Amino acid sequence: MKKIFEPDAAYQPDTFAFKDPKKVKDILGRYPQTHQGRRSAVMPLLDLAQRQTAKEGLKADPPHGGWIPRAAMDEIARMLDLPPVKVYEVATFYSMFQLAPVGVHLIQVCTTTPCWLRGSDRILETCREKAGIDLDETRPDGKFTLVEVECLGACVNAPIVQINDDYYEDLTPELMEDILDALEKDKKPKTAKTAKIPGKTPESSPRRKPGSS
Amino acid sequence: MLKKEDRMFPNLYGTESPGLAAAKARGSWVDTKTLLEKGRDGIIAEMKASGLRGRGGAGFPTGMKWSFMPKEIGDKPHFLVINADESEPGTCKDRDILRHEPHKLLEGALLAAFAMGAHTAYIYIRGEFYHEAQAVNKAIDEARDAGLIGKNACGSGWDFDIYVHRGAGAYICGEETALLNSLEGKKGQPRNKPPFPAMAGLYACPTTVNNVETIASAPDILRRGGAWFAGLGRDEKNTGTKLFCLSGHVNTPCNVEEEMGIPLKELIEKHAGGVRGGWDNLKAIIPGGSSTPLLPKDICGAVRMDYDSLREVQSGLGTAAVIVMDQSTDIIYAIARLSYFYMHESCGQCTPCREGTGWIWRIMQRMVKGNATVSEIDMLLDVTKQIEGHTICAHGDASAWPIQGLIRHFRDEMEDRIRTYRKTAPRIAA
Ligand code: FES
Repeated sequence: MKKIFEPDAAYQPDTFAFKDPKKVKDILGRYPQTHQGRRSAVMPLLDLAQRQTAKEGLKADPPHGGWIPRAAMDEIARMLDLPPVKVYEVATFYSMFQLAPVGVHLIQVCTTTPCWLRGSDRILETCREKAGIDLDETRPDGKFTLVEVECLGACVNAPIVQINDDYYEDLTPELMEDILDALEKDKKPKTAKTAKIPGKTPESSPRRKPGSS
Repeated sequence: MLKKEDRMFPNLYGTESPGLAAAKARGSWVDTKTLLEKGRDGIIAEMKASGLRGRGGAGFPTGMKWSFMPKEIGDKPHFLVINADESEPGTCKDRDILRHEPHKLLEGALLAAFAMGAHTAYIYIRGEFYHEAQAVNKAIDEARDAGLIGKNACGSGWDFDIYVHRGAGAYICGEETALLNSLEGKKGQPRNKPPFPAMAGLYACPTTVNNVETIASAPDILRRGGAWFAGLGRDEKNTGTKLFCLSGHVNTPCNVEEEMGIPLKELIEKHAGGVRGGWDNLKAIIPGGSSTPLLPKDICGAVRMDYDSLREVQSGLGTAAVIVMDQSTDIIYAIARLSYFYMHESCGQCTPCREGTGWIWRIMQRMVKGNATVSEIDMLLDVTKQIEGHTICAHGDASAWPIQGLIRHFRDEMEDRIRTYRKTAPRIAA
């Protein structure tokens, strides 16, 4: 996905405040209580901000998924006593930080060689057709954004798609269609699988709900 | 084949609970205090005796690495950092430790931290592994509640705390100094060495960075003895058990724990159901994760899976991620896709890597079509040599090696494609 940070764009809110002081405190508590130590909280706080906007985005019109407004970066810089640019440069460096609103379901198709060998092209094609968008696009109703990602570290379960926090593994175009159908109806898809036991075909490996590992 | 009782990761497949009670039943956290009583020197000596080499890709002897930490704790605290930024294409073994054997990792972390004089450890888990990070956090809570970590861990008198730090999508953070920068809240760009992390690592304090599998191997080595571990494997430099990831064109892709030095063919046929369409349908194998040069079929049939055997055939064990490609594979594209990966993940710090990975990708795109000249194959090879060894970290090298492997073994195919393209491509009217 193209990382373009538009600090003055119209979609940027003027202010940002963390709504869960307990989580903030918990994050800060993991690192040494020095100026240098506190800086380690930049990434976890950016992640927290992104999760907060994701929650709020469900109620917006059109809805949107998690992203990090400039105001959130400024707030983190203030909290950690850093120049704002030190937060901007981190937010723009890492691919999981979204710098502009994305769809509620961020469909991330892995197309690196091990997934490609097992048919990620067809999975990507299915996503394109089903979601009705091309790579790096967000559907106007705010439901889906489609992106290509690099190896998700689950190659023995290739091909893999990550949607928000969940991995969907051992995909076929049919399974992919089911997943997108479920999301379209705001249902939780239930086709993610888990570790594979040698000698067993994908069909016989235990099925689990996403995240139940 | 590895005997069942010699396995270190019986719950690799998550067939049992990852929770504390089940982990204890599998042998974790049993008399950890006795292991700690071996003392710092005793633990490091046992690790050295085991011959364990780092499982993250570089293969540096673990006991020796631990011994580089200052003997006395000075005014700066020591840190242990565990590298769970697993992102080398093909590799997915640490994921299964994180979610299915987290207590092995935590117990190993305590032992390693104690041996290095560290009271604090961080586990840097790639951001995409959200559920895996939660699984580790859950295990940390269990261990803390049970007094296994925290103040006076396991009743040893040693205080030890461990925290999860999640990454956010950057392959380069698997490089240890980039990881440290990232953990310090900065861009994940590798640092110049020296100073080495053992002198000035996290927050400029003495630090050791180890891979998940390396740390999770420590409890079994210390419990069963270094000699037990050293008795497994091919020779004294390639010891123990190893997690292999078998992906690509095999019948049943999987992760599996096997003995170091197992023949590659046996590994695939015993555990992954063989190559799709049979061994004769094999084209090439990348033996150790995306950065290791591929091997054509004739070499694959004879090679053993260990550090030195693979080095002898000009490749490497890397992370032991075996990517199998059958005859249907467009081998030039398969490698070109890796070139895209390395370009995408270059941190942009060193010019040869930042620019060179882009050059490689652009030339490789034309090689896929055949829209090139034969002399450009040599030029491509030359570009890889210009990058290799000329950058701060090994990312540049890693982008060069797959191309060098392709040219070494499949130059004919590249030339054929160029000739075919030249015959069929539309010509600009003269
Ligand atoms: S290549 Fe897709 S998960 Fe590794």
